[in-house]
Amino acid sequence: MSNLTREETESLIQEVLEVYPEKARKDRAKHLAINDQSIEQSKKCITSNRKSLPGVMTIRGCAYAGSRGVVWGPVKDMIHISHGPVGCGQYSRAGRRNYYVGTTGVNTFAEMNFTSDFQEKDIVFGGDKKLAKIMNEIEQLFPLNKGITVQSECPIGLIGDDIEAVSKKAAKELNKVVVPVRCEGFRGVSQSLGHHIANDAVRDWVLSNRDGKHFESTPYDVTIIGDYNIGGDAWASRIFLEEMGLRVIAQWSGDGTIAEMENTPKAKLNLLHCYRSMNYISRHMEEKYGIPWMEYNFFGPTKIEESLRRIAAFFDDSIKEGAERVIAKYKPMMEAVIAKYKPRLQGKRVMLYIGGLRPRHVIGAYEDLGMEVVGTGYEFGHNDDYDRTIKEMGNATLLYDDVTGFELEEFVKRIKPDLVGSGIKEKYIYQKMGIPFRQMHSWDYSGPYHGYDGFAIFARDMDMTLNNPCWGKQTPPWKVQKPADEAVKAAA
Amino acid sequence: MANIMIRKNEAGGLVFYLPKRDLEDNIDSIEFDSPEKWGGELKLASGGTYYIEPQLAPARLPVSVRAKRVDAPE
Ligand code: SF4
Repeated sequence: MSNLTREETESLIQEVLEVYPEKARKDRAKHLAINDQSIEQSKKCITSNRKSLPGVMTIRGCAYAGSRGVVWGPVKDMIHISHGPVGCGQYSRAGRRNYYVGTTGVNTFAEMNFTSDFQEKDIVFGGDKKLAKIMNEIEQLFPLNKGITVQSECPIGLIGDDIEAVSKKAAKELNKVVVPVRCEGFRGVSQSLGHHIANDAVRDWVLSNRDGKHFESTPYDVTIIGDYNIGGDAWASRIFLEEMGLRVIAQWSGDGTIAEMENTPKAKLNLLHCYRSMNYISRHMEEKYGIPWMEYNFFGPTKIEESLRRIAAFFDDSIKEGAERVIAKYKPMMEAVIAKYKPRLQGKRVMLYIGGLRPRHVIGAYEDLGMEVVGTGYEFGHNDDYDRTIKEMGNATLLYDDVTGFELEEFVKRIKPDLVGSGIKEKYIYQKMGIPFRQMHSWDYSGPYHGYDGFAIFARDMDMTLNNPCWGKQTPPWKVQKPADEAVKAAA
Repeated sequence: MANIMIRKNEAGGLVFYLPKRDLEDNIDSIEFDSPEKWGGELKLASGGTYYIEPQLAPARLPVSVRAKRVDAPE
């Protein structure tokens, strides 16, 4: 199907909005837009980071999810207590596939769920004593932990426990970092505020711990910030940053450690991948320590090349040469990948609906394969994200913010993309509609997708999904119209 | 009054950032921009205006300052 024109898209949005009651329609209308590259400021066309409407199916998470699940969770040598009832932590345990090296349960803990398992009596009498007690238990059972974070769930804020006091006391007793995080789920409109709160906790409790202490530094120290090592993403990025001569001194926070986080202020440049979840701490370090930060994009060779050159511009000629060397080295490999998959994927159309970064970052990778992104949207993006998206998307394509289950389904039915990329909650709906689908949060249990190695896997996965023979078998055999002579043979 | 952060972007322009509301915007113009007197009215690309007490120019950017909202479109 050919692409919709601006008018058609406009009428599509109107059509979809029609089912809502008037007030809801007015509100939702502000979150749906048609891309127009001439607009500089996204707020002229789309509203974002607002409270979801009651009654619609939103796909957002809570602040606790943003802190425990995204920012703090992958820090592997700390123990993250999901402070409150057991469910919040248990149902989100290990779902994000943040890979790490280490022996789980001995010196690394990222995949485990630690919770204070609140009962009625803790709600009534307060949970501070219990928190102090479980911290001691943790110390006895897992002596190799390098620190503890307290991730508050909703009840903690409601009953007014003083987790800061408990944490301070425990930090002294255990002689370790203990970080209280006020990320109760009811704060903010989505997980985005959880990222911010988690960043602030890093700023207040971790970042300055090693100020003034000696560190063997080199002029080429960089950090990878906002890469959660999903399916090994951060490793696939780190490998060629090191190849070009840089030294990666910290990974935030996929496969990261508390020591790396404490050493981050010694870096020369902070490389920021997920802008949405970690720009806060990068801004802080820029102000306090004078470390510049730079957003980069390691999806697909075009964007990688662009990013490598921009990173190299911060350093001397040896790094610039290093960047060119790396680009040249991987070029044949990338050309081979594109030669193999582009003919199979050329011209296919994709609709995305992902979190806070990938809705714009993966566009380049699809374009490298000759595919086209015809609709994109963020669960919890802000205006600055849309500012950055408008330029990446084609004119008259669809933008949707915090899209509801209904809207996305209707859009997909009308636009008929060849591939939908979103999360687990959408996956089976679209597969049952007969539309190829990839989970773009967890890479559908595949990955990495970052970097050169990642692109090869990305291309293979997209081909595997799109050109899977199952899509041609949507009609059951007894409903398939057989050619006439075959029918006769069967009757005879 | 709100805390804002002012930084330089890659192109050398000034960028306004309001952490509390996660607002990022380019600064179109700043009223006073000399070493002894820096600040005054900030005109943002979105059309909003903020005011910071004129002060000595900061030794380096980014810098966090208190600012007053004069008028903002939203
Ligand atoms: S909203 Fe509250 S109760 Fe629900 S998962 Fe988040 S922290 Fe837990």
